[in-house]
Amino acid sequence: MLDISPAEWTAILLSLRVAVIATLVATPFGIALAWLLARRDFWGKSVLDALVHLPLVLPPVVTGYLLLLTFGRRGLVGGFLADTLGIVFAFRWTGAALACGLMSFPLLVRPMRLSIEAIDRRLEQAAETLGATPFKVFFTVTLPLALPGVLAGMVLGFAKAIGEFGATITFVSNIPGETQTISSAIYSLIQTPDGDAAAGRLVIVSIVLALGALIAAEWFARRATARLHGN
Amino acid sequence: MLRVDIEKQLGEFSLSAAFASEGRVIGLFGASGAGKTSLVNMIAGLLRPDRGTIVIDGETVDDSAAGIHVPTWRRRIGYVFQDARLFPHLNVAQNLDYGRRMNGLAPDPAQHKRVIELLDIGALQGRRPGKLSGGERQRVALGRALLSRPRLLLLDEPLGALDEGRKLEILPYLVRLRDEANVPMVYVSHDVAELRQLATQIVMLKQGRVTSFGGVKVLT
Repeated sequence: MLDISPAEWTAILLSLRVAVIATLVATPFGIALAWLLARRDFWGKSVLDALVHLPLVLPPVVTGYLLLLTFGRRGLVGGFLADTLGIVFAFRWTGAALACGLMSFPLLVRPMRLSIEAIDRRLEQAAETLGATPFKVFFTVTLPLALPGVLAGMVLGFAKAIGEFGATITFVSNIPGETQTISSAIYSLIQTPDGDAAAGRLVIVSIVLALGALIAAEWFARRATARLHGN
Repeated sequence: MLRVDIEKQLGEFSLSAAFASEGRVIGLFGASGAGKTSLVNMIAGLLRPDRGTIVIDGETVDDSAAGIHVPTWRRRIGYVFQDARLFPHLNVAQNLDYGRRMNGLAPDPAQHKRVIELLDIGALQGRRPGKLSGGERQRVALGRALLSRPRLLLLDEPLGALDEGRKLEILPYLVRLRDEANVPMVYVSHDVAELRQLATQIVMLKQGRVTSFGGVKVLT
């Protein structure tokens, strides 16, 4: 089997931690935004929609640089957070999670939004006639029916977060044990003589993780369809 | 019991209706496109009238002049739609219990039992809506609305999506409902025979206007 070295394990576990935290923190924001985009009409909606998708089309190095400017030690938000709450992003794994969360956000939101859009609004009306406030309608009808889509979005976002490279390395660099994820480890290994075997092992791990996530997302999507048909 | 005096512009279509009724079952009769569903949606609060008042059981739920518009979830009405609209992620028992839970009402096993027997849906409890026939779905929808303990039950062509055989299967339940459930109803239909059997009063709608109002005789 794969003979993974301790250094490689460190990178794999760090990647998993970064991606898990990024996905968990992004999910509530993703659900709120997906609901807003699917169910509400408001001024500036198309601008917000474009902003959400921006990390998908912007060069990752630009996103990373913008993160550094805003969330770096001397950045506007970063300086404030470090001074008041003691939260530091620059050159820390938390910064990697922030970069991954942002980069994977468009992929996380999309299935959530589609699944909310697919819910028959007349069911929500029926819930209202039965005495449910909009808040209760959301938690007892909308969210349960959208759940497979929410999970699919989380899986997809997780897969993207685990593979993120450009924004992460620009923002928090490539420090083994702190910010060196699978992607940045592979990048370092390819540039080292004799690093090919180790790089190859990490490449296989990446492929397995990505494929697993895609298959899981597909499975959740099929569950969503079955759920909406009441079977 | 129910007093309506409203005006509403819906695109090209204008709806203007006024009637007051103490009847047990108000039959709202008219061809499709006459404005029946819009009117019922306004009574339910799903649609807001441009002008006018709606009073249910002595409570003013809409009064455009006073700026009153009680939201749907606080109107304590039951609404049975033509397409049942059962929650697909809940089984029959959970669907039936939904209104009680949302309104924070204490369980009432006696009422629960009575409604289930009245509609003969005891055997369906564990099933998902996707596994029910059209007639069963409509009976569960009736039960779900009744168990939220409404003060007014709105039925918008509840037999509309069923074939003749199924209609005859549900109709006796509706008659029993009228005679035993003790909840006033607004029954929307374009079927004269149905209304003759069920309604105690008729409001006839034609192109957004009330053309006649009175006993079942106005149907002739």
